Amino acid sequence: MVEAAANLSSQHLISNLSDQEIAEIRAEAAHYEYPQAASIEALKIVQKHRGWVSDESLREVARLLDMSAEQLDGVATFYSLIFRRPVGKNTLMLCDGITCWMLGCEKLRETIQHRLGIDYGQTTADNEFTLIPVTCQGACDRAPVMLKNMRLHSHLTPENIEPLLKGSE
Amino acid sequence: MTEKPLTRHIDPSRPPFDLAQYEKAGGYSALGKVIRDMTPAACLQVLKDSGLRGRGGAGFPTGMKWSFVPMGADAPRPKYIVANADEMEPGTFKDRLLMEGCPHLLVEGMIVGGYILQADVGYIFIRGEYVEAARLLNRAIAECREKGFLGNNILGGDWSFELHVHTSAGRYICGEETALLNSLEGKRATPRAKPPFPQVSGLWGKPTIVNNVETLCNLPALIDYGAEWFKQLSLTEDAGTKLYGVSGRVKNPGCWELPMGTPMRELLQEYAGGMCDGYGLKTFLPGGASTPLLLPEHLDTPMDYTHIGKLGSRLGTGTAIVIDDQVDFIGAMKNLEHFFAQESCGFCTPCRDGLPWVEKALGRLQQRRGQRTDLEWLQRATWMLNMGNTFCAHAPGAMGPLESALKYFPEEFASRVVEPKPQPGNSQGKAAASTST
Ligand SMILES: Cc1cc2nc3c(=O)[nH]c(=O)nc-3n(C[C@H](O)[C@H](O)[C@H](O)COP(=O)(O)O)c2cc1C
Ligand code: SF4
Ligand code: FES
Repeated sequence: MVEAAANLSSQHLISNLSDQEIAEIRAEAAHYEYPQAASIEALKIVQKHRGWVSDESLREVARLLDMSAEQLDGVATFYSLIFRRPVGKNTLMLCDGITCWMLGCEKLRETIQHRLGIDYGQTTADNEFTLIPVTCQGACDRAPVMLKNMRLHSHLTPENIEPLLKGSE
Repeated sequence: MTEKPLTRHIDPSRPPFDLAQYEKAGGYSALGKVIRDMTPAACLQVLKDSGLRGRGGAGFPTGMKWSFVPMGADAPRPKYIVANADEMEPGTFKDRLLMEGCPHLLVEGMIVGGYILQADVGYIFIRGEYVEAARLLNRAIAECREKGFLGNNILGGDWSFELHVHTSAGRYICGEETALLNSLEGKRATPRAKPPFPQVSGLWGKPTIVNNVETLCNLPALIDYGAEWFKQLSLTEDAGTKLYGVSGRVKNPGCWELPMGTPMRELLQEYAGGMCDGYGLKTFLPGGASTPLLLPEHLDTPMDYTHIGKLGSRLGTGTAIVIDDQVDFIGAMKNLEHFFAQESCGFCTPCRDGLPWVEKALGRLQQRRGQRTDLEWLQRATWMLNMGNTFCAHAPGAMGPLESALKYFPEEFASRVVEPKPQPGNSQGKAAASTST
């Protein structure tokens, strides 16, 4: 018992990641010859639990995967779905791909601007929403589309998008 | 036998088949067949004879590509097979349908492919936004593990194989097969120099095959029914069926499995229901954002690699983007080039610096404050950023639609140029005009 407790607290000293996060990252890393291959999945695990990847989390993940923090940051900043800055409680990812553009995503962007007062890359003052442009979502047959918290909403219009701008689902 | 090897088990009105349902419908019979009755070499011969060409965009013959993988007892190990499920080319929505509609088909295709190559590990490299597809694939893989279709000594044979889903996090360039390998290794996704080719030196320097999802999904039926059957599915010389799609201002946008070589007119009129009322067809990209434009006069050309290639375009992913006669055409071109500029990996200068210039020039034209120099730059870019001048096919892909747009619709560009007002005796006329907006 005492030993276990000591282990736990020492783990807390060396890591800000939760046991759950560490377990999930280790499970992913086991799929590869080299743990570094799990870097994107590891960053996404942290992001799933915390909303974004802070410098501190990044350092911890790098250590778990036998990488330098600089190396991992180079990976993190390359990929558009890894957030290195805090985002709002809800992420709105509006597709600006060619078909959604032809079918009116700019009107949706204007609607969001009016309703929430944010444009691409911005977060509302109450921290509820962040708006991010994304490329084609592979759902052009249902354009225009938007991901809210990674869930796809399709055939959007300035009218039927309204309920999606009202906080968590 | 079936006429729809890819979609016969797909019915969007119900959840996809689980393992038991898929088996009952004939699934995993190809897996049993290869392990019990066929040598890897015999399977590879079927693949070669079938004429299957890669469905990820380039149309490279799959059997030939696979024949470069070292085989036999002294081949380097582990060997890898990777499904390219990055599907990020704007206008493309076919692999999503396959993975959400019948995840076991891709899993079976990967296991059968793994056997043919005598691979040790497989990865499905899937774009980060395809959360549902990744979940379904993981579940299918877990079912297979439990059943003994994955793991050690599959079906009592001496071959062992593991399969994992690797989810990505955005960036189109990850779909380029050597950039994908870097991405899978946990690095920035910049393309690698070829040679060495991945078949010989891929993931961690080991033999690796990367194929598109749709390519791999063809394997089970191909093994079940054979090369001759596969060839007769097609209307033309390019074998098999194809997942075709149409999006844009059409009445019934969608994705359908049809014989290879089905002409665009049939796709547009019969399947997509024709243009929306009040809209006409101006031009279309036959297979994704990087494929050069085609015109209404090309509607009757068979949509296959050979015929579309002869028109100076590419079949690409086979999912067509329809551009109607009311859309802001230069705006559409700018939208496409914005995508390519944003998705450049930044490794080589012509692409990293050139594409933003292309986007800016198109932006000025769109706002009707373009200069003759903008037009000249666009013309120059179509050779500066083309094949041979950049490290990978990303920038040449970006030039596909632009070059064809300049060729087919020069007046669209010219009409957006504002001539600088001549200022007598002053060579600054041009500069003055460009800042006076
Ligand atoms: C910029 C770029 C992006 C690509 N994206 C994809 C993709 O998302 N999916 C895909 O299957 N192939 C993609 N490809 C093609 C791959 O490099 C490769 O040719 C393909 O995966 C081979 O599989 P196939 O022979 O089955 O088509 C892309 C190529 C380039 C240059
Ligand atoms: S062409 Fe573009 S995407 Fe390809 S290597 Fe060069 S910079 Fe990267
Ligand atoms: S363009 Fe928006 S989903 Fe394809």
